[in-house]
Amino acid sequence: MKKLHLTLAFCLVTLGFTGGVSGNSEEEHLEHAGINVRDVAAVQRGAKWFVNYCFSCHSAQYMRYNRLSEDLDLGEEAVMQNLVFSGAKIGDTMDIAMKPDQAVRWFGKAPPDLSLVGRSRGADWLFTYLKTFYQDKSGKWNNLTLPNAAMPHVLWQLQGIQKPVYIADGNAQVIGHLELAVEGLQTPEEYEQTVRDLVTFLDYLGEPAKLERKSIGIWVMLFLAVFALLAFALKAEFWRDIH
Amino acid sequence: MSTEGVNNGRRRFLIATTSAVGATGVGFASVPFIKSWMPSAKAQAGGAPVTVNIDALEVGQLLKVQWRGQTIGILRRSEESLALLPEVDDQLRDPDSLESEQPQFAKNEARASRPEFLVVNMHCTHLGCVPQLLPEVRPEPFDENWKGGFFCPCHKSRFDMSGRVYRGVPAPKNLRIPQYSYITDQTLLIGVAPAGEA
Amino acid sequence: MDKPASTLTRKAGELMNWVDERLPVTQFYNDHLAKYYAPKNFNFWYYMGSLALLALVMQIVTGIFLTMNYKPSADMAFASVEFIMRDVDFGWLIRYMHSTGASLLFIVVYLHMFRALLYGSHRKPRELLWVIGVFIYLALMAEAFMGYVLPWGQMSYWGAQVIINLFGAIPGIGEPLTEWIRGDYFISDATLNRFFALHVIAIPLALLVLVVLHLAALHQTGSNNPDGIEIKKFKDDKGIPLDGIPFHPYYTVKDIFGVSMFLLIMAFIIFFWPEAGGMFLEPDNFVPADPLVTPIHIKPVWYFTPFYAILKAVPDKLIGVLLMGASVLILFFVPWIDRAPVKSIRYRGLQYKVMLGLFAVAFIRLGMLGMAEGTPNQTIEMRVWTFVYFAFFILLFFLSPKEKTKPVPQRVTH
Repeated sequence: MKKLHLTLAFCLVTLGFTGGVSGNSEEEHLEHAGINVRDVAAVQRGAKWFVNYCFSCHSAQYMRYNRLSEDLDLGEEAVMQNLVFSGAKIGDTMDIAMKPDQAVRWFGKAPPDLSLVGRSRGADWLFTYLKTFYQDKSGKWNNLTLPNAAMPHVLWQLQGIQKPVYIADGNAQVIGHLELAVEGLQTPEEYEQTVRDLVTFLDYLGEPAKLERKSIGIWVMLFLAVFALLAFALKAEFWRDIH
Repeated sequence: MSTEGVNNGRRRFLIATTSAVGATGVGFASVPFIKSWMPSAKAQAGGAPVTVNIDALEVGQLLKVQWRGQTIGILRRSEESLALLPEVDDQLRDPDSLESEQPQFAKNEARASRPEFLVVNMHCTHLGCVPQLLPEVRPEPFDENWKGGFFCPCHKSRFDMSGRVYRGVPAPKNLRIPQYSYITDQTLLIGVAPAGEA
Repeated sequence: MDKPASTLTRKAGELMNWVDERLPVTQFYNDHLAKYYAPKNFNFWYYMGSLALLALVMQIVTGIFLTMNYKPSADMAFASVEFIMRDVDFGWLIRYMHSTGASLLFIVVYLHMFRALLYGSHRKPRELLWVIGVFIYLALMAEAFMGYVLPWGQMSYWGAQVIINLFGAIPGIGEPLTEWIRGDYFISDATLNRFFALHVIAIPLALLVLVVLHLAALHQTGSNNPDGIEIKKFKDDKGIPLDGIPFHPYYTVKDIFGVSMFLLIMAFIIFFWPEAGGMFLEPDNFVPADPLVTPIHIKPVWYFTPFYAILKAVPDKLIGVLLMGASVLILFFVPWIDRAPVKSIRYRGLQYKVMLGLFAVAFIRLGMLGMAEGTPNQTIEMRVWTFVYFAFFILLFFLSPKEKTKPVPQRVTH
């Protein structure tokens, strides 16, 4: 038994040593979004930003308007007035009028549906992405997190215009950081809050059942804990017979 | 292994309690599966009330719309049609709509809240075919004294201009009237009862 | 004085007699539960068999309910999964149960297989039990692979692309073979639809047959135990093994406790961590399949990554495929590779403990490397652990007959 423990320890040490060797080097530094999807007010604000700035090009085809009214504590009327601009009905999904082939013609690439972007990219990526748009020397929009993104900086009026500050890296000039060259309607703090709210909404959009899942989960774990205790007592009782 | 000194009481208690909790757990666990069979959000959206504009509906004209997978007919009746309704009462199975399905406000001869417009579920109460509208008062092959109404081609059931079923035909009941209300004089909302009524 | 049997008990007894004359229910109950004798020294490792059965049943039940709303066509599959997640009442729960259950099934099965290597459960007379088990493992791998294609996300599509392309490495028949598997010139609706049929009915049926055979083979020989001794050697005057206890109630009651702990872990993951850091549900699979866009990083789900690492370690496509195949197929031969004088690790020397420990580390480490990008350093490490993986079997074959062992007790210990 002692030898088994020694061997186990040896294995774990080996694992520990080798575990540190390789890491994932592809992710550049992402800023922590710090969202709280429980904050209904934040999700509401994010919904408003989404519908006003993103929704003209990006659909949210798997989300229904009436679900927004339930989950966000808005009435159906509030949703119809503030979030529905097309002729859609409350039970409809958040589709947009623009067809994919039109989109390709106008933008070069169809703006993807955003229903699941909170899950495929994650909050931190989205947060960083929306904060790292900049205008390059020729006045074209670009983005540090997604280089050569086809998307323009839709929120530029709020953030203002960032320009890159170059530093030398060997013989090449690379972007060191971004600086706010032209002020927007919001201060950097306000803009960060806007982006945080929007990302909170996108996180909710990716999995509307998340809060329900967690609250049910507590009860399930409690129930199973009670059952496990009973099952253990039952097992111990019968196993008194043995030895 | 020995079964001496077994405290049978404790054993039985633990078996009973664990089984009870376990059975409760199985019950709880089956809830999501059973509930998943409820109409989905998509089905519910599809079953949502339907708004119909009856502005352009002419006298004698029948407009058909879909609601919850059913064909609903909106018929604008003439004064004459309405006047003829009592005359066929004795030929009908259920002239007072006692057995048929309709909202409270449609339990009258016109079977409607506003007599001019009949809002009716167009599926024959026999086996579900959609009858034809034959509004003209003239002899028909199936009825010399036809006063206007609906004729179902599938098994020859007949209904009057209020959707009430004639005797001697396979259909057992009057055509169903769905729940509906008027948002404005020109706009009908099928699927929603008038305010203050069930 | 005993009370005469109540009317209810009498009637129940008569009913059972009626059934037993027509179907051997009571005999089956006795042979396989109440009078099936299992060693009394089962430990933690012996929970895994019943847990694997539970996990399999849960996959089938949740799978049936998913099939009620899933649409197996290329244009509707992805949307139908989101429909389940959002529009179907509790659809999200059924989906998470299925995705979590799949990964937990593999964890349990890997632990179950490791137990065999620890205690010699693959040794005579249980060689066929082990072989049937390896068939079950292969069927599970096929089932999981096809299941992962069904949501038709980016990883579904491209994972299928890569794995099916491996068959193209086979000289001569490779290309026609991949076309035949795909049913098209590229991964398409045809591929998805046939994978659906296989995943939903064909492989589950095969699995059920194999599991029944597995249990039948087990009950034929009786269970092994942590000491690796045969309890049937010493029986009392009634023919009951001295170290045996009836499976029911002792192991039914113990397994129920095991189930409760398993469900606790499963519930935690389902309700609080369903993506499991991207290992159970990969982020790329939340993007609809796009034949024109290759993900930066294609990798299979975690339970395949050890073998994927072996594939990646080899610079040649065909040899890589063959070595990857060999790494799985070699499992069939373990009962004849392991020729130690004793069954259980408890009575084997330090040599086997080190070898098995390194094998386990190799498997886990290969799994981690299989998930990673494949930098040059990682590739070197993958080659090292691939060598260790195969060395285990080769060394075991040559060294096991002469292992220095400790005396094996006659009766079980703990």
